[in-house]
Amino acid sequence: MTARTEGATAGGGVGFLRVPAGFRAALPVILFLLVGFAAPLLAVIGFSFMPARTFGFTGQPTLENYITIFESTSYISLLWSLGLALATVLILILISYPVAYGLVRVFGRWSTLVTLLFVIPLFVSENVRLYGWLLFLIKNGVLLGTLKTVFGIEAESMLFTTGAILLGMVYVYLPYMLFPLTLGISMVPNDAREAASDLGASRWQVFKEVELPLSMPGLVIGCLLTFVLAVGAIAEYKVLGGQQVIPITHDIEIAFTYAQNWPLGAALSVLLMLIVGVLVMIALRRFDLDKFLGRR
Amino acid sequence: MAAGDGAILLLKGLTKIFAGHRAVDAIDLQIREGEMFTIVGPSGSGKTTLLRMLAGMETPTSGDIILRGQRINDIPANRRPTCMVFQSLALFPHKDVGDNIEFSLKIRGVPKAERKQRALELMRLLRLPDHYYDRAVTRISGGERQRVALARALAFDPEILFFDEPLSALDYKLRKTLEKELKDIHRETKKTFVYITHSLEEAMVMSDRIGVMRDGRLVQIGTPQEIYTEPNSKFVSEFVGDVNVLSVSVLPSGKLKAAQIPHEMVAPATMNGVKSAGFLVVRPEFLRFLDAPGDADNHVVGRLYNEYALGSRIQYQVRVGELVFVLEKLRHEAFAGGLDQEVLIGWDAVNTIVVPDR
Repeated sequence: MTARTEGATAGGGVGFLRVPAGFRAALPVILFLLVGFAAPLLAVIGFSFMPARTFGFTGQPTLENYITIFESTSYISLLWSLGLALATVLILILISYPVAYGLVRVFGRWSTLVTLLFVIPLFVSENVRLYGWLLFLIKNGVLLGTLKTVFGIEAESMLFTTGAILLGMVYVYLPYMLFPLTLGISMVPNDAREAASDLGASRWQVFKEVELPLSMPGLVIGCLLTFVLAVGAIAEYKVLGGQQVIPITHDIEIAFTYAQNWPLGAALSVLLMLIVGVLVMIALRRFDLDKFLGRR
Repeated sequence: MAAGDGAILLLKGLTKIFAGHRAVDAIDLQIREGEMFTIVGPSGSGKTTLLRMLAGMETPTSGDIILRGQRINDIPANRRPTCMVFQSLALFPHKDVGDNIEFSLKIRGVPKAERKQRALELMRLLRLPDHYYDRAVTRISGGERQRVALARALAFDPEILFFDEPLSALDYKLRKTLEKELKDIHRETKKTFVYITHSLEEAMVMSDRIGVMRDGRLVQIGTPQEIYTEPNSKFVSEFVGDVNVLSVSVLPSGKLKAAQIPHEMVAPATMNGVKSAGFLVVRPEFLRFLDAPGDADNHVVGRLYNEYALGSRIQYQVRVGELVFVLEKLRHEAFAGGLDQEVLIGWDAVNTIVVPDR
C-alpha cells in the first residue's frame, strides 16, 4: 500500500524518475557513446550504400560502391596492409618476448629503467618519430652520411622499401606488444615454474609446457592490439615507404579527399572493419582467454 | 650402527646464508629409507629453506647433501630423483587433472595410453573418481586438488617425496582427514616422505620421527613419543602444546625451588644436565586436584580461575599469585567445585622433567 502511494507520488512528478537508477546514472555515458561512437560508425555504413560521389543520405541505397571495389585493384592494397600487419606482429613477438621475459624475471631493479626507456618515446608524436627515422636513414643522413665521411663506405639507403615500412611499424607498435606481454608473463606463478622443473622438465620444457601457455593471454592481447593498429597504419607507408607500397588506408584517404567519393571510401572502410573484425573474432575464439586465465 | 647405514639421505653441516643471516645453520641429519620424517618449527625457523635445498631449488652455502652415497649439492631440481608437494600445490592451472598428474611422464616421453593408465591408477589410489581425469583443476575442491598434487608427485616415482606444509590452507576437519590419509599413502607406497609443518600436532599424527627446528638448527630429533614425553629444552616442551613450565633453581639438597611457590619441590629423575637453574615441565594431564597436601609429591594452593571445554576433556586454569597453571581432566572426571574457589593442586615428580633454557 505504502509502496503504491510512493509510486504514485513519483509518477505524479517527472516520468524520468520511474527509470531505474542504474540506467539514469549510465545515461551520460550512453549518450556520449551513441553520439561519439555509434553515430559516426552508422554514418560510414550508411554512406557506403549511397550512390557514388554523393554527399547526403537522400540517394537511393545501392551496392554499386562494393561492386566497384571488387572490380578494382583495391584488393592489392588490402593484401599489403594485412600482410605487413601480420609480419609486424610476428616480428614484434620475436622481439618483445625476450624483452618482456627480462623485464619480469631477469632485470630486477633495472626493470623500471628499461620500462621507462620504452615508454618515453610514446610522449613524442608518432609522425615526429617517423621523420626522425627518415633523417637517420636517408641518403647522406645520420647513418649513411656518417658511414660515407668517416669510413668511406657508400651504401644504398633502405629508405622507401618494404623493410623501412616494417621497421617503422615495429618501432611504433612495440609498446603495444611489450606491455600486455609483460603482464602476461608476470602472471605465470613462480611455483608452477619450479614445480615443472622439480618434475623433471628442462628449461625449454618449462617454457613450452608452463610459461608459454600461462602467458598466452598477454600474448594474444598484444597480437590483437598490434595487428589492429598495424592494419590501420598509414604514416609509416607515407614517410618511410615513399610510394613503393600503397596500403588500404591510403586508398580510403584518397577516396575521401582527392577523389571526393565519400561512398566509395565508406565502403572500403566497412570492408576493412569487417575483415579485421572477423579475424579478431577467430583469434578470440581460437584462444579462449578465460580458459588461459583459469576461470573455467 | 655405523653412520650412513639405512640412511637414504645424509646431511652434513648443511648451511644456507642469506645476506649474512644463517637461515639454515650447520644441520647434520640422517633420513632413513622408507620413513616419514617431519621437520617442525615456527615460521622463520629455516625449515622451508632446508627443504628447498633438499629438493634442489636453493644451493647450499656450505655442507653436503648425500643421497644414497652420492653428493647431490650441484644437481639441479629437474635432475634429482626427488619430488616436492608445494604449500600452494602449484598445480598447472591450464591443464586438466589428468595432464597435471601425467606431467612428469609426458616430460619423459611415456606414450599417452600408458600415461593415462598410470594416472588412473594413482587417481584410484587417492580416491579421485575416474571422470575427474578430464576436469579442469580449477573446478575441483581444495581436498581434491591436494590429492591431485600428491598423485602428480607420485607419478614421478621419486626416491624421496618432500612436502612443504601442503595442508596448511585447508580447514581443520579436512586437514585431520588428509593427515591420516597421507600416513596411509605412506604405508601403501613405502616411499620415504620428508614433511615440514609448523604444527607439531600434525607432525605427531603422521611421523615416524620428528626433528624440531629453531633459528636454523635442529634442536631435537626423536619419535613423536620422545618429543612429547622427553623434550630436551623449554622451546620443544612449549612447542608441544599447553604445558606448565616453571622456572626453578636446583638446591644443594637436590630439591627444586621456584620463586612463587613456598615449598621445596621433589625433583624428577630426568634433569637433562641441569645443575643450577632450569625449567620444570609438568603436562596438564599430570596435574591433579588434591584432597590433602600429602596426596602427591608436590603441591600448591591456588584459585580456580576458569575452565574450558575441549571436547572429550576439560581444561582448568588455576592461578597461584602471578603463576598460571593449566590442568586437564577427562569429561567424566570433571572437577566438582566452582570458579574462584581455593583449590589444592599437585603432581608426582616421576611425571615431570627438568629442561635447560635453550
